[in-house]
Amino acid sequence: MSTTNSTITEDIRAKAKQLLSSGEVAAFLGFTTGTLPMTMRPFVARRPEDAERLVWNSFCVMNLANYLPDLLKSVEPPRGPKDPPPEGPLPKVGVLATGCWSRNIVVQIQENQVQRDRLVILGIGSRGMVDRKKVLAQVDGREVWTSEEGEHSLVIEGPGFKKEIQRWDVVRDNCQTCIHPNPVIYDYQVGQPVSPREVKDRFRQVNEIEAMSSEERWSWFQEEISSCIRCYACRNACPLCYCPTCFVDDSRPQWVGKSIDLADTSIFHILRAYHCAGRCTDCGACESACPMGIHMRLFTKKLEKDVLELYGTEAGMDPDVPLPLTTYKEDDPQNFLITEAVGQTSEAGEGVKP
Amino acid sequence: MDKTSVQKKEWEPKIIAFLCNWCSYAGADLAGVSRFQYPPNIRVVRVPCSGRMSPNILLDALKAGADGVLVSGCHPGDCHYISGNLFARRRFAIFKSLIEFLGIEPGRLNFSWISAAEGEQFAKVVKEVTERVRALGPARRLVKEI
Repeated sequence: MSTTNSTITEDIRAKAKQLLSSGEVAAFLGFTTGTLPMTMRPFVARRPEDAERLVWNSFCVMNLANYLPDLLKSVEPPRGPKDPPPEGPLPKVGVLATGCWSRNIVVQIQENQVQRDRLVILGIGSRGMVDRKKVLAQVDGREVWTSEEGEHSLVIEGPGFKKEIQRWDVVRDNCQTCIHPNPVIYDYQVGQPVSPREVKDRFRQVNEIEAMSSEERWSWFQEEISSCIRCYACRNACPLCYCPTCFVDDSRPQWVGKSIDLADTSIFHILRAYHCAGRCTDCGACESACPMGIHMRLFTKKLEKDVLELYGTEAGMDPDVPLPLTTYKEDDPQNFLITEAVGQTSEAGEGVKP
Repeated sequence: MDKTSVQKKEWEPKIIAFLCNWCSYAGADLAGVSRFQYPPNIRVVRVPCSGRMSPNILLDALKAGADGVLVSGCHPGDCHYISGNLFARRRFAIFKSLIEFLGIEPGRLNFSWISAAEGEQFAKVVKEVTERVRALGPARRLVKEI
């Protein structure tokens, strides 16, 4: 039976093969089957025959934009740090992009990490990716041997059981509340664009936490991160985290201790989230990469909500709109200031303002 | 020294004040020269601009045991570097909201604009910040016990 995803897989393979054999791209970035069931692994096809290994299904949870800056560097001719750039156009890279990944590519273009003219983007309307942890919860954490994907269902098989699961029930939280499933920028469309989903309240999870008291929120935060083993998988999976030296690796000053002291872990999670402010597209790669099941996506979701409310922008929707924290307006809201509560003294105001 | 003995010895809040070199630091100076009374709970750190303040530094202060933090810069439009405080304003708004969302008490982190002419305003802000932090009690969240 031919499903949407198998048709997309065929289209991707054909297009990648054509791009690679015509020499338009030097490498093509996609997914191939991982070594465990329900895992997909990012895969770089460099020869036309490699294109046959590309696969598209509901488990492509990693964000391909994450690999672009390094991949673009790897296809350039080798040169020393002080050598001039080679003449003529540099080799291109082909990449798959759903709504959120394409928005991350836009952010990387704005931050000069990738160049648009070196990318060939195959846009795919995302139907939402499946959360492996949700599937495992449905089968009570038993080992899974195989997963067969139908159009709207998954058939999970393990030792002594076979279960059919409705696909939408196990789709990741961020995909369930996604309102931008279609790519923002692309060169070729693969498959059909997805009709935008009806999302009642996409900040529902954040609103629920906001409604709690400060005390409760602190215990929620500590509870959430208490299992963190500081493997930094969330950082490594994130397409926004491309700093040559991350703040967690700085030793002088050492912002974050190396221990798993809760104070250090809290500071790591606060700063990791904060560094994504106004740039995060809620792709969910951090949460999918987390081996401990921490919902750190909620921290960045809160930032997304604040940025939208305060400055009215969403990351990566338009290459011409500057990122919110790289710009300002004269009349930005400032009701968080303590001076708003204290009030200005009359004589002081006269002294400064003409 | 453990927390209980700190409290017994009539705890006084420790507040780190990051003041911008061009306005707020001069405002603090004016408060001193003009003999405006304000609580002695602040420790002043002079920074080149409020735009210099990275959240790393603010969290570091809290981690090291500061009970409160005050960041003050020039009024919008008066920045010595034209727009440093305007970038800072966006950053602070988002950051304050994030850490309050994650359960840090509102009032631990305080931001204000104080010009070089506002000595009295400086004293007023310091009084207000000290009262807020005193009401919250000693910092416990994010403090790293060594």
